[in-house]
Amino acid sequence: MSNIPAELKYAASHEWVRNEGDGTFTIGITEHAQGLLGDMVFVELPDVGDNLAQGEDCAVAESVKAASDIYAPLTGEVVAVNEELEDQPELVNSDAFGDGWMYKIKAEDVSELDGLLTADGYKDIVDED
Amino acid sequence: MTSRTVLFDKHIESGAKMVDFHGWEMPINYGSQIEEHHAVRQDAGMFDVSHMTIVDVKGADAKPFLRYLLANNVGKLKTPGKALYTGMLTDDGGVVDDLIVYFFDEQNYRLVVNSATREKDLAWMGSKSDGFAVTLTERPEYSMIAVQGPKAIEKVATLLTDEENALTAGMKPFFGVQAGKLFIATTGYTGEAGYEIIVNENDCADLWQRLLDAGVKPCGLGARDTLRLEGGLNLYGQDMDETVSPLAANMGWTIAWKPEDRDFVGRAALTKQRADGTDKLVGLVMKEKGVLRTGQKVIVEGGEGVITSGTFSPTLGHSIALARVPASTGDTAEVEMRKKTIAVDVIKPCFVRQGQKVF
Repeated sequence: MSNIPAELKYAASHEWVRNEGDGTFTIGITEHAQGLLGDMVFVELPDVGDNLAQGEDCAVAESVKAASDIYAPLTGEVVAVNEELEDQPELVNSDAFGDGWMYKIKAEDVSELDGLLTADGYKDIVDED
Repeated sequence: MTSRTVLFDKHIESGAKMVDFHGWEMPINYGSQIEEHHAVRQDAGMFDVSHMTIVDVKGADAKPFLRYLLANNVGKLKTPGKALYTGMLTDDGGVVDDLIVYFFDEQNYRLVVNSATREKDLAWMGSKSDGFAVTLTERPEYSMIAVQGPKAIEKVATLLTDEENALTAGMKPFFGVQAGKLFIATTGYTGEAGYEIIVNENDCADLWQRLLDAGVKPCGLGARDTLRLEGGLNLYGQDMDETVSPLAANMGWTIAWKPEDRDFVGRAALTKQRADGTDKLVGLVMKEKGVLRTGQKVIVEGGEGVITSGTFSPTLGHSIALARVPASTGDTAEVEMRKKTIAVDVIKPCFVRQGQKVF
């Protein structure tokens, strides 16, 4: 059973969101998602300054098995990307909720967060997979 | 209902993620297929290949039967234990399967064929054996472990008796020898040195454990695929099948045209294909980010082709693929990827051998 931290929010498309408390949110893909994809070989990230709409495909996680789109769980501006993933995409496999983070967004409308899944809600989706 | 090999419990013990592979529950990886890949290129790894089908061909007509059944010529085999890679063709010159045949004597051969094609292979061999004094005996009581990598042979040697080591010492590539309870062959599917070891199923788990204890890393089907693709080795069902000429699948070298009076299944069709010309199987190299995937369209000057097997090459750090393209294809091509078209280099279909880049 994969780990689903209670303090995070989730999208049904397997992204996680961590509220940094300063209006910014860190986004990555879940441990469950990396397990489905297998060894990561490339991660294509958005550029800092990109304005993303909720639900927009903004990144690609390419594993040995498949290329998978990553969607923006919140609307806002990209304020940081995890440049470590350029040389070490395997961080997404080894530490999906930590060093494998993908980008940070400055949310335009924090209320969008309420529409995301809780850990329990996301667990139900994982259980169906 | 899926089948399990006798090593199923050993795979679970090693943390394998199991998948359904043509009706067999097999390990796809034991954590990281890339680490497993590197183990084989740099040290030693092992694969459970017990699902593969072993068929012994015996009888007064064993040699003439196989000279007729197979596109390569078993008549070339003179030294006991010598092996040959060959296609088994349809009458129309398509590929029923690719296989390895071992020669023991002119009335005694062993074939190792793919598991996914087991039933049709057995039926095909049976149907072509009419009029030949041969018996075809499947050997399901045998299991098989492939031990591959630059340290594979020395690690296996630590497990063998002096007598077994004497029999295997200095064995050239593509040979097999019965050493005690083990049939040990210098064959493989990775582009590295190593052995494929056939062992009675009752002794297989013990052998697997002793290999583990000797520091051989268990490797799954994921690593097996990236290794064979780097080695430019075809996968049946992907790079060729019954609709594909061996000449369009980089198997031309396995066809023994001489002696010209040897009649073999598919010869007439193949002769016509050769005269008419066929597509060719090439290697593609893409240095940019992204991974070439099976089924993607390849655009070349004056035509198009298709990627038959695409992957990320862990050894090279970029993507590679096998593709079937028109014979006129030059040094470059374009591949239709997700949302874009990317230029790739076209090379001979081989990328890595014995740990080294070969293009």
